[in-house]
Parts: sequence; C-alpha cells; structure tokens
Amino acid sequence: MSDIQAATAEEQPDAAAPEPRHNAKRDKPRSLAADAWADLRRNKIFWVAAVLVVIIVTMAIFPSLFTSANPRACTLSRQHSGPTGSAFFGYDFQGCDVYARTIYGARASVEVGVLATLLSGVIGLIFGLSAGYFGRWVDAVLSRFIDIVLGVPFLLAAIVLAKRLSQDPQNNGVVAVIVTLGVLGWTSAARIMRSSVIAAKNQDYVAAARMLGAGPARLMMRHILPNSIASFIVVLTILLGINIASEATLSFLGIGLKGDAISWGIAISEAGPYVRVAPTPLIWPSVFLAVTVLAFIMLGDAVRDAFDPKLR
Amino acid sequence: MTDIKAEIDALPGLDPQAPLLDVNDLHVEFRTRDGVARAVNGANFTLKPGETLCILGESGCGKSVTAQAIMGILDTPPGFITEGQVRYRGIDLLKLPEAERRKVRANHIAMIFQDALSALNPVYSVGFQLGELFRKHRGMSRGDAKKRSIELLDQVRIPAARSRVTDYPHQFSGGMRQRVMIAMALALDPEVLIADEPTTALDVTVQAQIMNLLADLQNERNMGLILITHDMGVVADVADRISVMYAGKVVEEAPVYDIYARPAHPYTRALLESIPRLDHKGRQLNVIRGLPPALTAIPDGCAFHPRCSYAKDDCRQDPPPPPYAVQPNRTARCHFWREVVGDE
Amino acid sequence: MFRYIVRRLLQMVLTFFGATFLLYALVFANQEDPIQALAGERPITQNVRQVLTERYHLDDPFLTQYWYYMKGLLTGDFGTSLTGRSISDMMAQAWPTTIRLALMAIIIAATVAIVAGVISGIRRGSIFDNVTLVLTLVILSLPIVVLAPLTQLIFGIKLGWFPPTTGADPGFFKLLMPALVLGSLVVATELRVTRTSVAENLRSDYVRTARAKGLSRQRVIGVHVLRNSLIPVITLIGVDIGQLMAGAIVTEQVFNIPGVGFNLFRGIRTEDGPLVVGFVSILVIIFLVVNLLVDLLYAALDPRIRYE
Repeated sequence: MSDIQAATAEEQPDAAAPEPRHNAKRDKPRSLAADAWADLRRNKIFWVAAVLVVIIVTMAIFPSLFTSANPRACTLSRQHSGPTGSAFFGYDFQGCDVYARTIYGARASVEVGVLATLLSGVIGLIFGLSAGYFGRWVDAVLSRFIDIVLGVPFLLAAIVLAKRLSQDPQNNGVVAVIVTLGVLGWTSAARIMRSSVIAAKNQDYVAAARMLGAGPARLMMRHILPNSIASFIVVLTILLGINIASEATLSFLGIGLKGDAISWGIAISEAGPYVRVAPTPLIWPSVFLAVTVLAFIMLGDAVRDAFDPKLR
Repeated sequence: MTDIKAEIDALPGLDPQAPLLDVNDLHVEFRTRDGVARAVNGANFTLKPGETLCILGESGCGKSVTAQAIMGILDTPPGFITEGQVRYRGIDLLKLPEAERRKVRANHIAMIFQDALSALNPVYSVGFQLGELFRKHRGMSRGDAKKRSIELLDQVRIPAARSRVTDYPHQFSGGMRQRVMIAMALALDPEVLIADEPTTALDVTVQAQIMNLLADLQNERNMGLILITHDMGVVADVADRISVMYAGKVVEEAPVYDIYARPAHPYTRALLESIPRLDHKGRQLNVIRGLPPALTAIPDGCAFHPRCSYAKDDCRQDPPPPPYAVQPNRTARCHFWREVVGDE
Repeated sequence: MFRYIVRRLLQMVLTFFGATFLLYALVFANQEDPIQALAGERPITQNVRQVLTERYHLDDPFLTQYWYYMKGLLTGDFGTSLTGRSISDMMAQAWPTTIRLALMAIIIAATVAIVAGVISGIRRGSIFDNVTLVLTLVILSLPIVVLAPLTQLIFGIKLGWFPPTTGADPGFFKLLMPALVLGSLVVATELRVTRTSVAENLRSDYVRTARAKGLSRQRVIGVHVLRNSLIPVITLIGVDIGQLMAGAIVTEQVFNIPGVGFNLFRGIRTEDGPLVVGFVSILVIIFLVVNLLVDLLYAALDPRIRYE
C-alpha cells in the first residue's frame, strides 16, 4: 500500500493495519540491544542464516563429521564417473571425490573469510576511530588515504597484491590471500566507524564525560565504542560474505589459493573446461559457495534491520 | 480544463449558505506496530470567510494531523480517518473521489508548513515549484507560469523577485523561504488557508514580519485562515476564534477575547497561567503538572483528568464530557465549566 | 559549480597519483628480484632481463622508477607484454568488445534496478517488494565465479537459449547473456539503494507539499520523488564501474569474449607481469575518470552541490 495515497478510511480496508500488540513489557523502555535482539528472535531470515552459518563453520572445523573419504585420494581411472558409495556427487576430472572435496573446501573459505575480515576490522577500527575522534588534519589525511585506496577497484588491487604476496612457491597462498583481502577491505568499516564516532562525539553525554576529565582512551572505550559498534559489526558480517566470494574469485583467477589447496574457487575454475561433459564438479562447489555467502549476507542484513528499524 | 475552480463550484452539494469550512467530529487514528494511536478524537470547528481560527495545543495533541486530514494528505497507512465530516461549503470532502479531492487542494484549501526548507523540493527552483501550480491547474505555458510566479514572489515581498525566481530553496534565508511557501499556498487564490506553525522555525523578528504578511494577505483576499500554533503570544495578536486541543479533542472553542478573559476549561486556564507575565515578576511560574497522555493509552473519561485540579469521579469515567455550550458561539468540554469560568 | 569542479579535479589528481603510486609500489617496491617477480615462475633469458630492466628503469632509485612509469602512463606508453606485443595495441584491439559488453550490462542493470526499485519503494511491504528483496538477496550472494559458469551451463548448454560462448567480434545477441551476468553483479545494490531512497523521499516534507499542491500521483512520483531518489543511485553507478571491471575478467574468461578482461586473465595465468601492470594501470585511470564524470553528473542533478 502506498504512502502517497490520500485515501480516506472508507476507501481503505481495515485489514491493511497490523494488529496492535498489547504487551506488558512494552511499557518499559528497553535498551537498543535488547530491542534488537527481540526483533532478531522473531526474524525467520535470521534463524535460517544462523543455522546455515553454524553448519558451515562446523564443516570447516570438523570436515570428517560429514565425510569419511579422503579428499586427496584421487585416481584418474575414476575420472568423471558417477556417484558411488559415499561419493554422492561423483568424481571430477582428476578422479577426486567431488563430495569430499566440496566439504573440505569449506575450511579454506571460512578460514580466509574470518581472518581477512578480522584483519580488515582491526585496520578499519584503528583508522575510523582515529579519524573520527581526532578530527582536523588526522581526519583529513586518513580520509584522503581512504579515497586513494578506493581509487583502485578492489579486485584489480587484489590481483596485483595477491600476485606480489604469493611469490613463495612453498606456501599454498592462504596467508597471501588473507593479507590481500584484509589490507584492501577495511575502507567501508573505517568509514562507518568514523561517521558513528563523529556522531557520538557530538552527543551531550560524551561532552559531559569529557568535562568530567575522561581521557581519550576511556572516552573511546566506555562511551563512544559501545554506541558505534552495532553498525560496525553489521559491516563486518557482510564483509565476511564478500571476502569468501573474493577468495573464490582470486582462486578462480589463479592468484588465490594454489598448489594442493582445496578451495571452491579452484574447483569451479578446474571444472569449467569440462562443463559440457561433467557439470557436477562445477555445480556443487558453486552451490556451497553461494549458500555460504548468502548465509553471511542474510545474517548481516537481519542484524542491520534489527538495529536500524527506521525503514521497515 | 483551464479553470478547475469553476469545476468545483459546479459540484453537487455545494451550498453557498453553508459555512466556508466545517469540521465535525473528526477522528483520526494511526495503526502502528505498537498499537493504535488515536491522534484526533472528535475535532469540531467552523470557519467563516475572513476569519482567523487558531488551533492551540501542546505538541502531539493532534493539531497537525487535523490539518493534514482536512487537506487529505494524511499518510494512509498508517493514518486513517475513522469518523466525521470535513465540509467545504457544504460538500463533504471525505466522500469526494480522489480526483475531485485533488482539485480542492491548492485551488480552495491550501496549506503552509512549518519547516519551509524541508517542505520545498531541494532540486527544483522556486520558480519551477510555483509555476507548476499554474501549469497543472490553469494550463498555462511555461513562460506565462514564470511571469505569474514572479508576480507572486513580488506579492509576498521578496526583493528582486525577477532574478530570484530561478534560485533554489537552499539559497534563500529562513524568512524568505517561508515567504515562498506562502506564495505557493496563495498562488491559486484559495478561500481557506491552513498554516501549520508557520513561524516556529524562524527568528523572533522574522516571525513578526511573516505574521504581518499573512494578516495583510488574508485581509486583501478575505480568506479563512486556520493557524495552528502552540504560541499563545501569536494567538492573542491575530486570532478571531480559538480552538484549544488536548489529546486529540477540541476541549474549548471560543472567541479570542472570551478565552483570554475567562477560560472555561481547566486546561485552557492552565495554559494561560503558564505564560510568563511581567507583572508577576519574581513569583513562581505556574506549570501544568504531569505530561500529556500517550495517544496509544488515552485515559477514560476526560483525558485531562489526571492533571486537573477540578477533577472529580465523574471526570474519570466514560463518557467523556460533551461540548457544553458556555455561551452561544462558545463550547467547553468540562463538566465543571461553571466553576472554571467563575474562578478568578 | 566552477569551484566544485576545480575541487573535484584537484582531489582526482591527488587520488590518481596516490593510487598509481600504491599500485606501482605493490609491484616493485622492496623486491629482491623484481624481474623474476614480473615473470613469475617461468625462466627468463638474459635478453628479456635486460629489456625489462631498461623498460622499468630498475637500476634507478624507486622514485625515479615511479616517475618513468607515470611518464609512460601519461604519454600513453604502457609498455610491452612478455610476448613482445605492445600493450596499447592489445588494449585498442580488446576495447570495443569490452565497452559494448559493459555498456549493455550498465544499461540493463540500471533500467531493471530503477524500475523495480521505484515500484518496490512505492509499494513497500507488498508481494512485489518482498519478492524483489529476496531476489536481490540471492543475486547479491552469487559470486561472479558461481554465476557466470552456472548461467553458461543452464541457459547456454542445457537449455540452449543463448550461445554458450561468444568468440571474436560478437554482436548484440551473443553478448546478451554475458551482459546479464555482468549486470547482475551491480543490479542488486542499485535496486536496494533506489528502493530505500524512494521510500525515504516519499516520507519527506516536500512530497507532502507536492500533494498539498493538488498534483497528481504520477507527477508527485515522476517529477518530485524520482529526481531526488536518483541522486544516490547515480553516485553508486560510478563505484559500480570498478565492480564491473573485476566482473568482466571472470565473465569474459568464462564466455570466451576476447575483451580486456580476457587478456588480463590470460596475463595473470601466464604470469605476464608487464601485461598485468599495464592493463591494471589503464583500468584504474578509466575508473578514476568515470568517477569524476559521475561526480559532475551528481552536481548537475543536485543544485545544493552545484552552488556550494
């Protein structure tokens, strides 16, 4: 129903109105976090996302719970053969168990995603807090720097940086990808932090705390951070999804994980040329990757809606 | 269809003898996630040509919602008009189809908003926003519409109207912006003008200029003016009649002189006593104790009873007090109006 | 307006030097053997080593190297790939296809996003709105490495609606499926921003004024709401160009489109360092220029910026 419609009561069916909830608890004002949690608990999307995330993380930590097969036990004689026994999805070009490799692929995604996001979070937190809190030239310099980093499209920078970092043929590129994504992905987190710190800084209670002699560290830890952290966490949750997708993309391009690493991105890339003869090695890693990214983005969306009910 | 005004005049039900605007038992509620907020619970008043009616009340008492309901620009949902009539010269506007209703707006009933900066579209020049009225309602060409816009800006005493017509809202000062709003409201010569807190966002000196301008324009055009405000000072200067609203109801309606001399409702009385007065310097200011009720939980009986020093058991029970006729032309919704009027 | 343009130009110059410096430093600074790094794991002959050292002035101090690199960029000399082809030539050959693909993607994405976003914003909470929100969520969570191969598999190979691969000098129809894939990269965010911005503007005071003026619903939305709502969407399209560039690398590889992304992918895979650096530099410059243009468009749409 539209906001614009200037219709009168006679023209509007009453059914459009949500049912009023008369809840005794309603009378008592609740904290933002409690309110948000109450909203989240009612949100089906949140629960779907949360369950998916728990399953994926379990898969990443204990892949052997889901499959007893060894993902590295490949025999060329089984190339592209159909499902047998525990190999529900059949075998790929190398004759590897697609199901086992897909399950084991979760680890690389989650590991890279979580660590890169944490790295971005720390960098973003430091940059955002400093820019927002100190203002003036610190803010000017840091904001310019953010502009410069944003001046290079993310994946292009990642291509160059990952290539540079992954020169050592010994490692399988995990650290390189984590650093690449972490170092390039902090800008949105920093911007959110900066603007919420600036908003919080101008609140009267922060001015009051300052007048009472609270130092910068105490002001940030006790007064500013708790009020800015919600939006920051939301940004990081969504970034986690993006980082998992980016890892797959870099691996697909051949500058992410490499060597004998098991990754959904590599699997998709390797299955590409044989998609006409054997589509399953392409389909399953794709589905798992998409669902994982979806889970984190849904989680971030749900949390943001709970904290920012303005536009529902 | 160049003259939409004439079309409305031809509508069935139009009665030249009827009051210019007659609001009867208007009820508006907002249906939200947290329950139903009864914003207006029986607003009554009438307006004659050339008359200034002030609707007075604290913020959240339903003044602005009443105005929006009259204009037909309530956001639906969540706002719904559940009962009552709004009659413009005898035609019940609430029963008109939307297409007809639209022709009433700006042509017959126009409105001025509180914050002109947000009420004007930031990305179009004021000339465009003024001219739009002439182009859409009068079928004028862009050139003619621009000429008329300049004339209008002149009428509301904006200096150098010819060059300012292409300026954007943010390039005007607060007072000048409000003048643009007024020009826009008066563009199609409406018979009724509703001004919702037109001076609240302005400096005191500018406030007086704007009020004078409004009064002059009203006299020139013999318009009915509904002035919504919480400023008792403004009211005393310009009003002919006053409607005092509390918790969505008009609790007292009376000519301005009577209200100031002898209020008949405890709420009106308390409002008047809470004005700081020079001759009472040094004395403690009277304040109304308590807070207005939440619109989701309006008390039974008279909504004002929890804050009222006259309240007895009758006041705490439904039905709420009806509008008692204090004098001809004057009503108060208080069981004890005689006591209140008599009290000095 | 003039001051705004000057300020944006100055900002862009700063960003340009900063970004290219960053890029160059990432590739060359603090390398033990930058030439081996450029060439990756493949063996290099003494001859190639010499050419590369000269080309990148690797014997000079770092800042001098950067200076020569900038000079090359500004004079249109982007160097030669390890295979000996001029990067400018390769670029000139690949450009037309990629521009065609990108334009199609941008137009498709913007049209879908704005039309659906406006409808969603007006009818918030309706079935259309909810379905659109779920769809955007799904699209948002499909990485390009999933979307491109799966689309090719389903619509190209299984259903046969579109040619699964494109080949040289493709026409409109051959590029349609890749353009849809590429466009879907940005359509979800654009749609969501349109929706939010329409919903916000619908509640604004000036919309109430427009209604009080007795304007028709079409005019209120089409004239008053739309222009205000498109401003944030336009700015987003600038950022999206970067996404599209990244997406084009994967899309062109999967659908075998001989464009810029295809060349870049081959460069990465064959560890052709000079090619990668050259192509990335050009793309960064284009990204910056497009963003400057978007900023100017933004100013044209929003008088508050224009008269700052």
